[in-house]
Amino acid sequence: MTKSKLFDRNPNGLIKHDHNNDGIDRRGFLQCMAWAGTGALCLIEGGVLKSFAFGSPKASEPKSDKIGGLTFVQISDSHMGFNKPANPDVVGTLKAAVDKINALPQQPEFILHTGDISHLSNPEEFDTVDQILKGTNKEIFFVPGEHDVLNDDGKMFRERYAKNFQGSGWYSFDKNGVHFIGLVNVMNLKAGGLGTLGNEQLEWLEDNVRHLKSSTPIVVFAHIPLWTIYPEWGWGTEDGAQALSYLKRFGSVTVLNGHIHQTMQKVEGNVTFHTAFSTAFVQPAPGKAAGPGPMKVPADQLRSLLGLTDVNYVQGRHALALVDTSLA
Amino acid sequence: MKKTWLIAGSSLFIAMAIAALLVMVHPTLAGGAETKGSGAEVKVDNFTFGPDTLTVAVNSTVTWLNKDDIPHVIASNDGLFKSKALDTDQEYSYTFTKAGTYAYYCSIHPKMVGKIVVQ
Ligand SMILES: [Cu+2]
Repeated sequence: MTKSKLFDRNPNGLIKHDHNNDGIDRRGFLQCMAWAGTGALCLIEGGVLKSFAFGSPKASEPKSDKIGGLTFVQISDSHMGFNKPANPDVVGTLKAAVDKINALPQQPEFILHTGDISHLSNPEEFDTVDQILKGTNKEIFFVPGEHDVLNDDGKMFRERYAKNFQGSGWYSFDKNGVHFIGLVNVMNLKAGGLGTLGNEQLEWLEDNVRHLKSSTPIVVFAHIPLWTIYPEWGWGTEDGAQALSYLKRFGSVTVLNGHIHQTMQKVEGNVTFHTAFSTAFVQPAPGKAAGPGPMKVPADQLRSLLGLTDVNYVQGRHALALVDTSLA
Repeated sequence: MKKTWLIAGSSLFIAMAIAALLVMVHPTLAGGAETKGSGAEVKVDNFTFGPDTLTVAVNSTVTWLNKDDIPHVIASNDGLFKSKALDTDQEYSYTFTKAGTYAYYCSIHPKMVGKIVVQ
């Protein structure tokens, strides 16, 4: 069922005008940052966002800086079990994501899955995803989406993916000097509210980062965006700001979320917020449809609106480079 | 096809631009409805309950029918009743034996709220 008639993303890349020939497209700014357009590279340096058409000589600059850092991939919202017109083949698109990962020139060290692994929390759905993701030969870290904890308060999710973790499945780990924190904000949601972390998790988080040097790069990942994108559709986390207050002193914080099935990015001080593509189906832009449900897009466009996020950390730099790669 | 974000500083402009993008309209609210018999239905569609306030007689059975492509869970705010996840075209029923106002919501999409008034 198509719940939206409005489909206004620019499928042809983002940079349309570069009159000053400096790679900065002032009119294309908004599109560059906002949507999962393709074929462009956005670079923010000293508060200035520069965008280059992908494949231009400038676009390759950050790539050469990657060596000696850390590369990982984020995938999200695979919704295994979903079979509606918005994507009757979520197996096929998840496999396509695995192929994309395996074809990355710089192989990621591990993968983050930011939830909605399954559509209905069925064990077979989790089994299928596990089987397909084995094709990457990579270690995978999961946090649950609301679709993964439907009928048992997340018991099955914890048994499968978070056995030795805290509370409802939150945890941290360190890789190459980067501190990763997986949070759970899909449990015990209150009527009328947004995503919720809860006091127990917040206390754990405050304690978890207490001993870290402020120069430690932090990556926080959770299903529902920790920043408020569109509260009318529940796209935000009640106590997300509280969580971020514990991270204020850190020079580099990257927050990776899923849930909204489209890429979006915001930078606030030292914090970069980013949401990933789904590998399963598209959801409308905030407020652009009667509700946030699955949106049917033309079949030949679907894979350009699904994808994954490739993240590169360069040692000695505060920057983490986030590359949204579509399945097209 | 790729898009790269490389962050090395803050940009107030970006925050403002995002804010501009996020200026939206509220979805319209469904109106109330009244039912006399022993059966009444609430349609779950587009992440809303229709009607969002339903008035029924004591001993009425209310049935929620999910018309979305996404599962929903019907749960009363005070824990009195809670459905399993309802997939597309699945329904859940609860019989109200006492007068009162029963607030409920979708426990996985908590912005979805509704009320059953039992008279
Ligand atoms: Cu719901």
